[in-house]
Amino acid sequence: MTTMPPASKQAGEKWVGRSVPRREDLRLLTGRGRFIDDFELPQLKHAAILRSPYAHAEIGEIDVHAALELPGVRGVLTGREVAAMSRPFAVGVSPAPKYYASAVERARFVGEPVAVVVADDRYIAEDALELIEVDYRPLPAVVDIEAAMAADAPQLHEECPNNIYSQREFVYGDMESAKKEADRVVTGRFLFPKYGSTPIETYGVIASYDPFADQYEIWSNYQGPMVGHALVAQALGIAENRLRWIIPTDIGGGFGIKTGLYPYIALMAMASKRCGVPVKWIEDRQEHLIASATGTDRLTEMEAYVKSDGTILALKDRAIDNTGGYIRAPEPGCAYRSIGNHTGAYQIRNLEREVLVVGTNKCLTAPNRGYTCQHLYFSLERMMDKVAAELDIDPAEIRLRNFIAADQFPYKTATGGLYDSGDYAAAFRLALQRFDYDNMRQWQKEARAEGRLIGIGLATVVEPSVTNIAYVGLAKSYLERRKEHPKSGSGEAIMVKMDPLGKVHVIAATNPQGQGHDTVISQVVADQLGILPDDVTVSNVLDTHQRLTSITSGSYSSRFSSAGTTAVVLATQRLKEKLFRIAGHLLDAHVESLQNDSHKIFVREQPQRSIEIRHVAGTAHWNQSGLPEDMDVGLYGVGFYNMPTSEPPTEFDQVNSSNTYGFIAEVLMVEIDPETGALQFLKWVSAHDAGTVINPLLFEGQLQGGVAHGIGGAIFEETAYDENGQILTGSFMDYLVPTSMEIPEVDMIHQETPSPLTALGSKGTGEASAMSAPAAIANAVADALRPLGIEVNELPLSPNRIWHWIKDAQSSPSQ
Amino acid sequence: MRPVGRKITVTVNGEQYVREVEPRLLLADFLRHGLQLFGTHVGCEHGVCGACTILFDGVAQRSCLIFAIQADGAEILTVESLAQSGKLNLLQKAFHEHHGLQCGFCTPGMLMTALELLRENPSPSDQEVRAGISGVLCRCTGYKQIVDSINAAALAIAGAEAAE
Amino acid sequence: MKPAPFEYFVPTSVEEAVELLARHGDDAKVLAGGQSLVPMMNFRLAQPAVLIDINRIVELGYIREGDSSIAIGAMTRQRVVETSPMVRDKCAILSEALANVGHQAIRNRGTMGGTLAHGDPAAEVATVLLTLGGSVTVAGPQGKRELSPEELLAGPYAAGISSDELIVEINFPILAANETHGFLEMSRRHGDFALAGVAAVLRMGEGNICERARVALCGVAPTPVRATEVENQLTGKRLDASTIQAAAELASRAVDCEDEYHASREYRTHLCQVYVRRTIQLALERWGNN
Ligand SMILES: Cc1cc2nc3c(=O)[nH]c(=O)nc-3n(C[C@H](O)[C@H](O)[C@H](O)COP(=O)(O)OP(=O)(O)OC[C@H]3O[C@@H](n4cnc5c(N)ncnc54)[C@H](O)[C@@H]3O)c2cc1C
Ligand code: FES
Ligand code: FES
Repeated sequence: MTTMPPASKQAGEKWVGRSVPRREDLRLLTGRGRFIDDFELPQLKHAAILRSPYAHAEIGEIDVHAALELPGVRGVLTGREVAAMSRPFAVGVSPAPKYYASAVERARFVGEPVAVVVADDRYIAEDALELIEVDYRPLPAVVDIEAAMAADAPQLHEECPNNIYSQREFVYGDMESAKKEADRVVTGRFLFPKYGSTPIETYGVIASYDPFADQYEIWSNYQGPMVGHALVAQALGIAENRLRWIIPTDIGGGFGIKTGLYPYIALMAMASKRCGVPVKWIEDRQEHLIASATGTDRLTEMEAYVKSDGTILALKDRAIDNTGGYIRAPEPGCAYRSIGNHTGAYQIRNLEREVLVVGTNKCLTAPNRGYTCQHLYFSLERMMDKVAAELDIDPAEIRLRNFIAADQFPYKTATGGLYDSGDYAAAFRLALQRFDYDNMRQWQKEARAEGRLIGIGLATVVEPSVTNIAYVGLAKSYLERRKEHPKSGSGEAIMVKMDPLGKVHVIAATNPQGQGHDTVISQVVADQLGILPDDVTVSNVLDTHQRLTSITSGSYSSRFSSAGTTAVVLATQRLKEKLFRIAGHLLDAHVESLQNDSHKIFVREQPQRSIEIRHVAGTAHWNQSGLPEDMDVGLYGVGFYNMPTSEPPTEFDQVNSSNTYGFIAEVLMVEIDPETGALQFLKWVSAHDAGTVINPLLFEGQLQGGVAHGIGGAIFEETAYDENGQILTGSFMDYLVPTSMEIPEVDMIHQETPSPLTALGSKGTGEASAMSAPAAIANAVADALRPLGIEVNELPLSPNRIWHWIKDAQSSPSQ
Repeated sequence: MRPVGRKITVTVNGEQYVREVEPRLLLADFLRHGLQLFGTHVGCEHGVCGACTILFDGVAQRSCLIFAIQADGAEILTVESLAQSGKLNLLQKAFHEHHGLQCGFCTPGMLMTALELLRENPSPSDQEVRAGISGVLCRCTGYKQIVDSINAAALAIAGAEAAE
Repeated sequence: MKPAPFEYFVPTSVEEAVELLARHGDDAKVLAGGQSLVPMMNFRLAQPAVLIDINRIVELGYIREGDSSIAIGAMTRQRVVETSPMVRDKCAILSEALANVGHQAIRNRGTMGGTLAHGDPAAEVATVLLTLGGSVTVAGPQGKRELSPEELLAGPYAAGISSDELIVEINFPILAANETHGFLEMSRRHGDFALAGVAAVLRMGEGNICERARVALCGVAPTPVRATEVENQLTGKRLDASTIQAAAELASRAVDCEDEYHASREYRTHLCQVYVRRTIQLALERWGNN
């Protein structure tokens, strides 16, 4: 476990860096949190959604008469009405397949909304669903990525021949020379499954339409607003300021999955308008598992061009993503989000890459924790091990030979990523040491000799955070992009104000889902103003009418600990400047000569010439006219921070797809029961460098949570379908979320290489081992099974799958 | 034959409520929307996630798998009962100090489960804690800090009892 | 996921419950712990028009020790049985098997009658009953009758009891001094239904000779099943690694399942063999330690 500095502090020390327990806990531990389903409104009615039982079907007549006659039913909204009341959602590919909030004439995945019932309560609404008769004409379905592109595959959308939504090719560096120089080519083919983080709180929306103001009010546990707000306004055909979004203080987990919720906001907005009442819809678990959103599945083919000494000169890969029945923004981000860090922690200067995004009759996708970095690193880190094996070099050594060196930062990758800081070799060595790597390798040999299947797995990856929305532009060529407005940015805005007694209130819209933003804000402000965290209150209710939001606002891509905290510092500094000017006036001193600490502002050289901050604040509030006319006495500060590195893509398709880049090294050991294929963790060290750690207690929480998601994706979780597109994992009995018994103890260590881009030197860390653990576990399993000649190129590593591999290997003639 | 009225009398967190209920109303919905005790959460409605766990006549049970009408005459404790006169109890305090929660959605079920666990086994091993809470899913914490919290609570409770 | 409407009755005696069942016929369902029925109702996979809640039939909650068996009332909660010192002492296989049923909060409410009446293919309690050769008493319009575990499990979902019958009591034979036992299962996560599970009771004689073997499997057929060929193979043999292995290999004969997402038929079949061997070994070790 990490050693944590105590929460109390000595004079002159800072609050940042301390394990301050969270203020958010008090309401959450006592049942006083306010989650979406805890809100009620006068006249509120309840919606239930009729969903397609078919993966692919024409929708004929929908007979709603019997449903409308059921007492308590207030109205029904069908797909055709949705098409009449709204436009398809915009998405960054062209031509774009039409995607509405409900299926219109055809359903393209099991669980796609077909109609909405609004009733006095949810029970009655569900009764009414059973009374709706739909004339479905089933069509052949396709679920497999490669099958979807075949000539005879069922076609999902007229606009998208061969079911291809997006396709691009990129070349970076000098592939020709690299290929010539290489001694060998190592190849791999990897299949990464579809899974999602299934927050324990499902989606929820309350929508209320005011016909007189022609305005919608929405409450929802969305992670944005991000681009979702603009998309919904556009779909509804209204100006954005007529669509007020409020996000409750408490959200029961998001992990990117809740960015997939905006179509339901549009759907419930229309239901409210259609039925003339405010409408609440709380997704149930079954709906969530079949139809909300999960990450994409991906097929990757990769070639590594290497020298005999292990240097990797170039990568060539082809990756095919699958966004399901439609493509929904922010997709095709899945294919482009990690382009800046595509070569991981290594100095690989040449890359040739083809990406495809296809459609199948599966449910839609959203940026699931790690947002396809787990896919990328699964193939890249498996490749590192394969290269090591082919060249008979230790897998730790091969990584050390290829790392970007500490003195190369800031480092620009071949694809345009700008790595801000790091010392990968040092962090990795720390992890190896803690793991006792050399001795463990020795022990592994001995255990192998006894017939035990022991494997050690490594993964060393770069953790990007603070998305630069520019990467979405890569879905289009430079020439197409040039015709549109350029897109870029990562901005966050915060307001800080001080009351007449010198206490501070922070108005934020960072939209946390349990990351403890309010506590962190209070730590940061306290340091800046020389006051106590307890002197700072925070309101973090996102409200597009009352908060400073932008297209980048929201909680995703670990934005807060870097971009968010920098905005807090900027806002506090604005406020502080005003306080200093007033204090200078009151003390008759130059502003430059002033300093603050312990609730006071004083002259640096003559500390006895001091004034309490509350007196400065009191003067500013109570005696505004007593201060010089040209002095700004509004005791508030607004900070807006956009990372200076968030630039649009270049004409050569280079883009800095994120802004800060941390580092993770996993070193772990597993044992496989050869008889049952069951996997057990024997040891696990996880090293993280996320720059300055603001609150070690919360940091540890993010890391441990990331491990659990990584294990889920590697071993347990999959949104699985049969060949007809029927879902096999539609309940929590079959969709396997790891319990406390499946998660091992993980030894966390960290190194701090501050980021030059953020006020505190912090980077993001919210995705953490969700990105790296699947690769490391796969490498460990591959290592364990190597004596049997087994390749590991597919997840999840269920005992069933591992046992079949072992059995096939043992019965194959080569063995 | 006892014809069944729809009126129930139920004691929740020491307070008695008399309410009319439709037989199919789930106890979780009754507590949340009928009594406005929103502390109990609903995450799956089929018994797996454990977010809805309450103490029903002193025993931890899923409130999504009980009909409110079955609670006639029952004594129920929910997460709202734990803090007394504005002060966290020792279990809540341990969760606070050891960061045993992030989004807080699983937390009510986790606390009620841990309460029963520590009552039956005041000094559990790590493995016993893990087994004890295995029926409550948490997607944020990775469980580690929850286990730390429960261990710390066990010590604190033992300490407080020794002091008495 | 809200249940469809139903009419609700809450009898306080077995007599009353049986009368209600007779009156409402196939429209009615008994509600015991609700840990299987209510999820199905929430998914609307079950939509009984009438629910007969037997939670207030106080006479159905008991554990009674007899000369050679333990009688357990149908409404006794699984957790009460699991933690009963008497059961642990006299019929440890039952306590051990119960610890594998879901999670504590499920067992706190789930009942002994409910798990048997529900008849899940992977149900541990039914598997133990089959192994021990106990009995189930049901009450119906014609009065009470006793069923062997085989009769109860004549087909999927406890086909042996008819819709107007109520399970009232289950009898678990007490393990004799010359008997040893084992229960092991493999599931994907802690608390999940077993991919395959094995219960075994062996009557042992001098020199590790197995005089009688009872072995049942769960999770690998439409109902829990006896592995009779395994039993025959063990009976009369001196138990050692090779006799156990030979017997375990016959476990596959009892398997009758399809490929499923979490486990292929082949894998389940193989698991049976592995787990039969491990369970018999465990039983033998325990015997040796006695
Ligand atoms: C998350 C979870 C995990 C679980 N894991 C397991 C597991 O690993 N192994 C396992 O075996 N079970 C498991 N279960 C099911 C659990 O054991 C149930 O308790 C059991 O299957 C049913 O018992 P019950 O008392 O809850 O019955 P109910 O759900 O009330 O009833 C089940 C069925 O039996 C009928 N019935 C009930 N009592 C009687 C009676 N006395 N006479 C006639 N009919 C009756 C009902 O009408 C209904 O059809 C799990 C359940 C959950 C929610
Ligand atoms: S809501 Fe009851 S167990 Fe999930
Ligand atoms: S704290 Fe979020 S689910 Fe447990």
